[in-house]
This record gives sequence, C-alpha cells and structure tokens, in this order.
Amino acid sequence: MSAQASNKLTGHSSSSFWRISAISRLIRDPLGLLGLVLVSLLLIGALFANHLTPYSPKALDVKNRLAAPSMSHLLGTDQLGRDTLTRVLHGGRVALQVAAWSISIALVVGLVLGMLAGYGPRWLDNCLLLVFDAVRSFPTIIFALALITLTGPSLKMVITVIIVTSIPVYARIVRTQTMALKEQEFVLAARSLGTSWFRILRVHFLPNVVGPLFILASMDIPVVVTIESGLSFLGMGVRPPTASWGATLADGYAYIRVTPWLVVAGGVPLILTTLGFTFMGEALRDILDPRLRRGL
Amino acid sequence: MLTYTLKRLGLTVAIVAAAMSILFLMIHFVPGDPVTLALGTRATDEMREAYRIKMGLDRPIYVQYITFFANVMRGDIGQDVFSNQAVSTIISHHLPHTVVLVIVSIAWSALLGIFLGCFSAVHRGSLIDRFTGVVTVSAIAIPSFVVSLYSLLIFAVLLRVLPAIGAGEPGDLIDQAKHLVLPAFALGLGWVGYIARLVRASMLEIMGENYIRSARSYGLMEYTVVYSYALKIAVLPTVALLGVGVGNMLSGALFAELVFARPGIGKLIYEMVMARNFPVVQGAVLITTFMFVVSALISDLINAYLDPRVRSSL
Repeated sequence: MSAQASNKLTGHSSSSFWRISAISRLIRDPLGLLGLVLVSLLLIGALFANHLTPYSPKALDVKNRLAAPSMSHLLGTDQLGRDTLTRVLHGGRVALQVAAWSISIALVVGLVLGMLAGYGPRWLDNCLLLVFDAVRSFPTIIFALALITLTGPSLKMVITVIIVTSIPVYARIVRTQTMALKEQEFVLAARSLGTSWFRILRVHFLPNVVGPLFILASMDIPVVVTIESGLSFLGMGVRPPTASWGATLADGYAYIRVTPWLVVAGGVPLILTTLGFTFMGEALRDILDPRLRRGL
Repeated sequence: MLTYTLKRLGLTVAIVAAAMSILFLMIHFVPGDPVTLALGTRATDEMREAYRIKMGLDRPIYVQYITFFANVMRGDIGQDVFSNQAVSTIISHHLPHTVVLVIVSIAWSALLGIFLGCFSAVHRGSLIDRFTGVVTVSAIAIPSFVVSLYSLLIFAVLLRVLPAIGAGEPGDLIDQAKHLVLPAFALGLGWVGYIARLVRASMLEIMGENYIRSARSYGLMEYTVVYSYALKIAVLPTVALLGVGVGNMLSGALFAELVFARPGIGKLIYEMVMARNFPVVQGAVLITTFMFVVSALISDLINAYLDPRVRSSL
C-alpha cells in the first residue's frame, strides 16, 4: 500500500517537473514564446468575447456602416454597421470550437482504426488502407463542397467534413507505429501469456502511440481553422448572422473596392492564429519529441 | 521496375474505384433528396417522377451503382440537367485554365523552394538560414485564400499594378501572363515553404553521407559536390511531395479562381454548388480526384525510377 502510494507520488512529481521544464524551455525559445503569446491572446479573446467590447456581434447600426477604425470602433464596422472587433472576437470562438470538436473526435476514431489496421488481420489492414487512400484522394475543399451541396451548410457539416478527412491521416500514423511495435519483445511476451488483443492494444500500444499523435494533432489546428474559415468564406460554413473570420473576409471581399478594413480585420486574426499555433507546435515538438522532426 | 509499376497501377485503379464508391454512397445515403435538390421544393409530383426516371433514380440501387461505373468507364460522367450538355464538355472548357494555374504555381514554387532549401542547408546555422526558417514556416502557415485576398487588395485595388479579374484576352499571351501573376503567387507561396524545408532537411542528411565525404576527399569543388552530388538525391522527397501537392493545390485553386474571378474548374464547382446542379458537381469532383490520384501515381513512378530502394516498398 505504502509502496504503491509512493510510486504514485514520484510518478506524479516527475511528470509535473517534466511539464514545468517543457514550459520553461518553450518560453526560452523566441518563436515558441511568440506562439504561446498569440495562442493565449486568442484564447482570452474567445473566452471573454462578450465582455471585451461594449457591442453585440449581431447589433446593427446602419448609419455607421463600413466605418473606418476609430476610437468607438477599433476595427471599424461592416456593411450592416456591426462592430468588426466584436465579430472578430466571436469568430475566434467558432474557429476554436470547430478545432476542438473535430480534432478530438478524429483523434479517437483514427486511433482505434489505426490500431486495428496495424494489429488486426492482413485483409482488414488492406481494406482500411484502401478506404483511407480513397478518402484522402478527394481534394478537401472540393469534397466538402460536394457533401455540403447535399446536406446544406451548417457548423455541424464543417466539423463532419474535417473529421472524415483527418481520420485517414491520424489512422495511418497510428498504423505505422503499431506495426513497428507489433514484433517488440514486450508485446510478444504479453501475447504468449494469453493476454486478450483488446488488453494488448489498450495497455501496451495506446500509451506508446498516443504521445506523438497528440503533438501531430496539435500541429493540425491551423489547418482545421483554415478549412473552417475557408468554407465560411464560401458561404458553406456557419450561417449568418453568426460571426466567423471567413464570413468577415467574404463581406470584405464584396466591399473590397469601398474599404480595405474588413478584409484586413478578417484576415489578420486568421494569420496570427495559424502562425501562433504553428510556432508553438513546432517548438513543443522539438522539445518533447525531436524524433518526429525527421518524419515531416 | 515493371513489377512495381504494375502493382502501383493496380493500387491506383483500386483507389479510384473505392473513391467512386464513396462518392456514390454519399449521394444516396447522406440525408437530402437529389430530386428536391435539383428541382426545388415547389416541384409537382409529375415533374419529380419525370426527373427520377430521366436520371435513372427509379431503378434498384445496385443497378444504379453498376450503371454509374459503366458510364464512367465509357467516359460519360453524366449530363447537366439544366442545359442537357454532357458534363465532360462543360468541364473540358474550364479545366485548361486550372491546369495552367497549377503547373505555373508548382513550377515557380519548386524552383524557389529548392534554391532556398539548398542555400539554407549549405549555410546551416547562419543568420540567413534562421531567417529563411521563420519565413518558410510562416509561408506554410498562412492560408492561401488569405494570401489571394491580400494580394488582390494590395496589388490590384490599392496599387493597381496588376489586373484583378479574369484570365486575360484569349490569344494575347502577355495579357494572360499578367492575369496569372497574382493567382499563381497566392497558390504557390505556401509550397515555397514546404519545399524549402523538405529540401533543407534532406540536404543536411545527405551532406553527412560517406559518398559526399569521398567526393570531397577527391578534391572536387564544393559547388560540384553540393549541386551535382547532394542536391540530385535531396530533391527525391520533393518529387513525392509534389504529387500529393497537386491535390492540395486543386483546393487552393478554387479560392484563387473565385477571388480573382478566373475561369477554371474550382470556380465551376462553386457556381454549380450554388446553382444546386449536382451532376456537374459530381463530375467535377470525379475529374479532380482522378487528377490527384494520377499525379500521385506519376510522382511515385518517377521516384521509383530515380531511387531503386522505393521499388521494394510496395
């Protein structure tokens, strides 16, 4: 009992030590720090979107339409007189929501399918690989457009499209890792002791494949955010009047000869977000698992 | 090489067949009725029935599935319900513009990317190398449709130095080239980053190999060692990446074509989605998928030809 407790204790303290040292190394890397700052700003902006500006993202003020930035509207207003800064902050919420939902679901499904393909019988592996390759051979945005023509645009469809197109990527990574582990001695030992395949996958494979996968998935956040705003730009994502960076960019494109501010206001947060997550992700990957660098 | 080619071809056929099946299943099982989609909700029952029979939707599903495959084999990828033109004719009007755009974008980004990657690898750790590193990561991270919008804003709206709309007068090559500058810039920028990073990484790996050391010890000029010994091998992963790149570029081309109001298959797909003209959308998705799979095939074959080790991997 006491041995168990002390085990837990040391395990805990060493992992928190490891986490602190990873963060301090992240802060010492200038690009990593920049990424951390940008991502934190995005999170704060999205969390407190309701409190940071006095306006509602849907409140119209037609007399003040397409206004240039001023003290009362820091990023100006759009074609319906809505405060652009407020809409940009709320747009960050949509982007983060889509990223969180789609990546976590795709991760879980990708993990399961990848382990099955890697550890299961050969025919299952071949079937799954064929499906993965077929799904990956549709250009993402074009596949999304075709699917959304059938169902009609909604946030749910954006998330679905991203999940369907990312599963093959994650599953393939997990499959390769599982195949590499399959012939390792500890796995052979577990098998010779008659351990069930479910237990082998859960206890022996999962902890080994999940780490690298998390890092790679975190580096996918910019891609996902880009797909969401791209589809919203095409009018295939969130429905108006919900705010999204893509929707702001689409409004800005329609009025590009009248005012440059809408395009600037919709694009800059998108660029800063993708840069922030990329810088942070690259720095974290180099700190936590430098071996991954070779694969990319 | 022959065995590899045959196996790789077989795989390609299987992938195309699987992709077509997914498309077919998607149309028939995703909630949403293709008839309502095409005719709108106010169509009468007779109109719906006529459309159903015309499109073959009244037949059992496995017959439709087989007909779908048989038609595609014969090169018939459907008929536009509204204009009664063959979908392949419509697509063949738009496709050349997209192909030109993608090829030009790949070409300039590969040239610049290989140069930058090689340069950074040779000057490893220098200030220029670190600067290039940051620039290339940023180029990858910035979405290409935002690059399109911003270059439209800066060069066409604010500075008015380049044309913003269309593909240029037919027959006037200089005008067409001018219209190509901004879309090709937007589409290729991210790829400069990808290629530069990949070339840099593989150059660094190869510069440590024994045969480079022996080339040096023979007293060959550093220039010869870098460009004719190391770079030749270091571009191999880039060839493989470009094959996959075509697929991403087709998605990116859609945005570039829309933003710059340039004719092309991406713009066609978008307009047909808006018009709810599903047969054309389906045909265009098939064609783009086919282009993607074939370009991946070509790059794999080139790779296997250049590097015999690849041949045993399949």
